[in-house]
Amino acid sequence: MALITIRVNGESHQFEEDQEVPLLYVLRNRLRLTGPKFGCGLGQCGSCKVLVGDVAQFSCLVPVGSVVNQEITTIEGLQSDTGEWHPVQQAFMEEQAAQCGYCTGGMIISAVALLRKNNQPEDAEIREALNGNLCRCGSQARVIKAIDRAAKADK
Amino acid sequence: MKAENSHIVKAGRRDFVRQLGTLVVGFPILSWNNPGEVIQDLKLPGSLSRHPSLDAWLEILEDNRIRVFTGKIELGQGISTVIRQVAAEELFADIEQVEVVVADTGRTPNEGYTAGSGSVKGSAMSVRYAAAFARKKLCELAAAKLGLSDDQLILQGGVVSHKSSGKQIGISEILNGQQLKTEIELPVDLVSQENYRYVGTDVRHKAMESIVAGKPWFVQDLFFDGMLHARVLRPTTFGQILPDLKPEDGKGFPLEVEVRRHGNLLAFVSEHEYQVVKAYNRVRSMISIPDSGTSHGDLRDRMAKFETENEGQLSPLENLDEQDLTWVEGSFYKPYVMHGAIGPACGVAHYDGTELTIWTHSQGVYPFRSAVSAMLDLDEENIRVIGVPGSGCFGHNSSDDAAADAAVLALLYPGKHIRVQWMREQEHAGEPYGSAMRMDVRAGLRGDGTVATWQAGIWTDSHSTRPNSDAGTLLTARHLPKPKPMSGRGYLRGGVRNAEPYYHVGMTEIQAHFFEGKQRVSSLRSLGAYANAFAIESVMDEMSMLAGMDPLDFRIKNLSDKRAIAVLEKLKATTDGMQLNDDEGLGFAFCRYKNNDAYCAVAARVKVDNHGQVEVEELWAVLDAGEVMNPDGLINQTEGGMIQAASWTLMEQVTFTSEMTTSRNWGTYPILRCPDVPMVHVDLIRPAGVPPLGGGEAATPPTPAAITNAVFRVTGKRIYDLPIGTVSLDG
Ligand code: FES
Ligand code: FES
Repeated sequence: MALITIRVNGESHQFEEDQEVPLLYVLRNRLRLTGPKFGCGLGQCGSCKVLVGDVAQFSCLVPVGSVVNQEITTIEGLQSDTGEWHPVQQAFMEEQAAQCGYCTGGMIISAVALLRKNNQPEDAEIREALNGNLCRCGSQARVIKAIDRAAKADK
Repeated sequence: MKAENSHIVKAGRRDFVRQLGTLVVGFPILSWNNPGEVIQDLKLPGSLSRHPSLDAWLEILEDNRIRVFTGKIELGQGISTVIRQVAAEELFADIEQVEVVVADTGRTPNEGYTAGSGSVKGSAMSVRYAAAFARKKLCELAAAKLGLSDDQLILQGGVVSHKSSGKQIGISEILNGQQLKTEIELPVDLVSQENYRYVGTDVRHKAMESIVAGKPWFVQDLFFDGMLHARVLRPTTFGQILPDLKPEDGKGFPLEVEVRRHGNLLAFVSEHEYQVVKAYNRVRSMISIPDSGTSHGDLRDRMAKFETENEGQLSPLENLDEQDLTWVEGSFYKPYVMHGAIGPACGVAHYDGTELTIWTHSQGVYPFRSAVSAMLDLDEENIRVIGVPGSGCFGHNSSDDAAADAAVLALLYPGKHIRVQWMREQEHAGEPYGSAMRMDVRAGLRGDGTVATWQAGIWTDSHSTRPNSDAGTLLTARHLPKPKPMSGRGYLRGGVRNAEPYYHVGMTEIQAHFFEGKQRVSSLRSLGAYANAFAIESVMDEMSMLAGMDPLDFRIKNLSDKRAIAVLEKLKATTDGMQLNDDEGLGFAFCRYKNNDAYCAVAARVKVDNHGQVEVEELWAVLDAGEVMNPDGLINQTEGGMIQAASWTLMEQVTFTSEMTTSRNWGTYPILRCPDVPMVHVDLIRPAGVPPLGGGEAATPPTPAAITNAVFRVTGKRIYDLPIGTVSLDG
């Protein structure tokens, strides 16, 4: 056990925890941020994705001890302080880019990470950025359209 | 251990109807010449006939809002939105005034399972009639209360007003806070199509806001104070008994975790979820897995060997007096395929000493309750099952089993909420799969390009072992201290869904052979229709070439149903004159789902490189699902259906040895990833004045043959076995 401080969605949290515990469990059970989901625990599906800095990472694989003092953003932290939707969230709603929605949070996080480093991605770049995100409902075609829409709206 | 054996139903066309008639109610044979469903004015629709009391379906709230109940669960198919649309429509309310309560044995009517594209026909139509009847009753009561005649009254937005005097009364006040308890009677006066405000429009799904905001929405997200997390280890190989834990196994074991052996189940329980996972993984890693070579590879041959005699051979039909037919033959195969929900199954349960409450993503809260009651010997009245959305599953997967695990543990930990989630490996290797199937087809073509005869031998395992009053339908029950194995075979006729071609065929013979494999099986999107349409549409493609005809024209020539022809003509117009490169091909297929539901034609543009790698570049569907409540919702499901079926067709197959399933995660059972997902387009044909036909699964059956027919156009190779994998280009 160690005293750990992490910053999530702009707030600091301090607690006693094993350093090795994957960030996903800390977010979901301790901080009650259930946007990131458990899908495989193996880095294969992307439903657990969060931003660490500007990079989308599998929170099921990231030990909480490795992200102290880094800026972590979950899907719950994307809306502005005044409650406005992030352009990617907005675009997902406009395209109705989900069915069951289990994979959607991870998809949105991958999209936000992509647009932060490339605000005018090509179709192939969007698809590549989503390579680590699985969807069983077949929402991918709409997800790709939504990200394209968000990129254009953001210009 | 489950033995592999077969049960044979052999019959000519007439007998087939009769024999299956005892097994099957309303098997849609001969439906190809049926012009479509007739609106039954004499009968209440869907579930309403079983639950005719108005208050089973809706309540008027104090602020004049309307609460509607549906026994169906939200699966991502958007049923709650459709229900809001029809209720608001018929009660002349604003859609924001309507809220929906889904599947809860404590509150909603028993509507069985949410399955088979039946939510709109079953539940939405029931709500529509109930709401229309409620409108009539409310106006009558308002008239009596105001002392006015009801033809002078207008209902709008939860308020009844009198045209000339301007007098008003809220619907809640009309009822004095009571509910409408009368039985719904026919006829009811439905809003006509030209007056629709919501039905037939793209109303957005309310759930989307919660989902994109990451708010708790799924059963996996439920949280209760003091909740305990659990993982339940069960046999990992066919017929295995779990080893007993020895004291030294506890080394390095997290202290906070309690381990409980319960029959052939090993439960790890703690307030700390990750510690539970760690303990589970540790014990799991101690169980060695025998390596005994693959055995999925020869299943197509083994299946057909489970024969009493030589009945699997199709011989020329007796009495076939036609000569000079050109015969097309093929033996097609579809492997076991997974539901593969992205979120492993989860359930939460709580037992207070008398009442057991279970939160689950089961597709049928009432049948699930019967199964739990039988499993635990607990009265149904003492069990409440609450449906909560889960990860898209498209059939009966492990959702019920995870909730059953939680229920068993809740009884061992009274007063505590127990949350069980399955591990990825358990989900992959332990869910009930869509059955493997073999389809041997022999068809005769006349010189004029019409189909004279069709014979098919079909080998299939069960297509539904959904929970019911048999405790053994729950995996958990089979591993309890007093095991309760499943007694029946479940629903077998799913294997012959769409086995009969919808085309005009002079003479048809279908032989269904029911084989029982070691794998656990149950319903998966479209059941046997996916495999049967793959075989039928491959043979149709072959015959169109022999007839020297355009593949779409050939199909049209062999159809008489105008709506079927219309979807094919529309697809032809969409794809006509498309420019293709040398390594690209275009393929087509058609299926009327269940031979009496939605019509769907699919085209695939496919590219095959010189290593035989297949890429599905683009898919088009033309769909006629009758009256459409929410077009964008239906398009969304149809797009998803094509993408999912493309993934099955290209790459999905459950692998196993004689000891165990070897598909254990997304590495050993991969599905289509974003870079390879095709572009998809959906055109809806919406004929006026026809009832809704279940449409959510209709694109699944025609997709595989559209793809393999396209592969044939590029390579000259006919694909008989799914998944396609890499096409061998030699020879
Ligand atoms: S849960 Fe982290 S990648 Fe699947
Ligand atoms: S929308 Fe269901 S898994 Fe992606």
